[in-house]
Amino acid sequence: MSTPTPSLKILVAERQIVRPGDCLAIIEGPAEQRLKHVPDKHIYILGNRVYSDVVGIVSIEDSSISVVPLESTYIPRKDDIVVGVISEFSASAWYVDIKSPYRAVLPASDVIEGFNPAVHSLKNYLDIGDYVLGKIALFDRLRDPVLTVKGKGLGKIVEGFVIDIKPSKVARVIGKKGSMYNLLTSMTKCEIVVGVNGYVWAKCPDDYVLDVLIKAIRLIEAKAHMRGLTEEVKSYLVSKLGVKS
Amino acid sequence: MTISSKPVLISEDKKRVDGRKPDEMRPVRIAVGVLKNANGSALVEYGDTKVLAAVYGPREALPKYMTSPTRATLRVRYHMTSFSTSERKSPAPSRREIELSKVIREALEAIVFSSLFPRTGIDVFIEVLQADGGTRTAGLTAASLALADAGIPLKDLAIGVAVGKVNGVLVLDINELEDEYGEADMPVGIAPNLGEIVLFQLNGVLTREEVKIGLDMAFKAAESIYKTAKEALYNKYIKLVEEVKSQ
Repeated sequence: MSTPTPSLKILVAERQIVRPGDCLAIIEGPAEQRLKHVPDKHIYILGNRVYSDVVGIVSIEDSSISVVPLESTYIPRKDDIVVGVISEFSASAWYVDIKSPYRAVLPASDVIEGFNPAVHSLKNYLDIGDYVLGKIALFDRLRDPVLTVKGKGLGKIVEGFVIDIKPSKVARVIGKKGSMYNLLTSMTKCEIVVGVNGYVWAKCPDDYVLDVLIKAIRLIEAKAHMRGLTEEVKSYLVSKLGVKS
Repeated sequence: MTISSKPVLISEDKKRVDGRKPDEMRPVRIAVGVLKNANGSALVEYGDTKVLAAVYGPREALPKYMTSPTRATLRVRYHMTSFSTSERKSPAPSRREIELSKVIREALEAIVFSSLFPRTGIDVFIEVLQADGGTRTAGLTAASLALADAGIPLKDLAIGVAVGKVNGVLVLDINELEDEYGEADMPVGIAPNLGEIVLFQLNGVLTREEVKIGLDMAFKAAESIYKTAKEALYNKYIKLVEEVKSQ
């Protein structure tokens, strides 16, 4: 499954912008006869060459190469924490918009204990337009994702603020080993949950801090493909909040 | 001025109606990310031919029975605006537009990794703003760039370019006049990195030898358009960096 690491001659630089079809590296050794696609790394191998499949930024780690896309769509995975908006409901389930081509299903029995469709009206629990923080319980390619709100901190969002970001920038808001996330929470003293589908939920001590946090997140979004972002966000937060982490 | 007879398509000194040499492209201009509401977009100009493409998705596709359980369905609409030609074109989709939507869709299916998004739809809208020959080729280029801009995994970009024959001479990137009065029109869609042909049509008569030479010309031209296209994709992000810097 992994790219043949030992004999990879890399042709591009770290953080270089590449486009679909750009050759990233040459494999020295036996050539792959059929096209081999590695969707997670956004590369494909044809012959003895490694190509990019998206517009993105090259990331080289331990002589393995991958591309981080600049634009992407959220595709659910099991155990993802997501923020969704209730878009519709039937007698026994809610349908949740999770900014994905696939609409999530939230079964009523998950929210209401001892659920009985004859007794309980779903509208009294979650209405259209309500935000929920949930976890993807099940997802396979044949059926729509099933959401669950069972778990610590999950459920209807009743306070705080939800910030909409591009799904491709989520990784940057979290940062390497959570560095950016830790910086944001420690400096703003906000409670923050990053939904991997491109929603950030935040509860801040006051409106001014919330405003600063939103601007910091917008800064991360706009400069996601640049170096030294953590430092820049840090100095921005220091200048606005006057605190040291 | 009225043109009563066939215009002189190739002059004595081998110049074409618009002053180009036989193997010369019209000036190509490409801009990416021109529409805010679309997931991806591109504006491509081959001389006076201007084509806008917008991509939405992958998104939920309806009706459900039209979707595939194994891959994303591409839905392509090639359309000429009613003001794109000198005489008003009826905005209703014509036989020709339905055919071109189909051939462009098939060309794009060859480059999109559609199996990544089963049961979804990717919508591609190609709108011809001004027509002066080669709208399907410019449309294909624009569509593939818009797909790349939308972040949809692709094998390669697809570059369209046409080769024609006028007065017995093979010419590159024919315009409307050459298409109308020429002997042949051969639009080709090329994935330049893979060296594959994704679209091939021929209207008129060419010999085997001429097709070979024509394809060589098309591949060479695709290479230069590809360079412009890659620059356009790159420029979008360079511009973004500059905008942020100036804030």
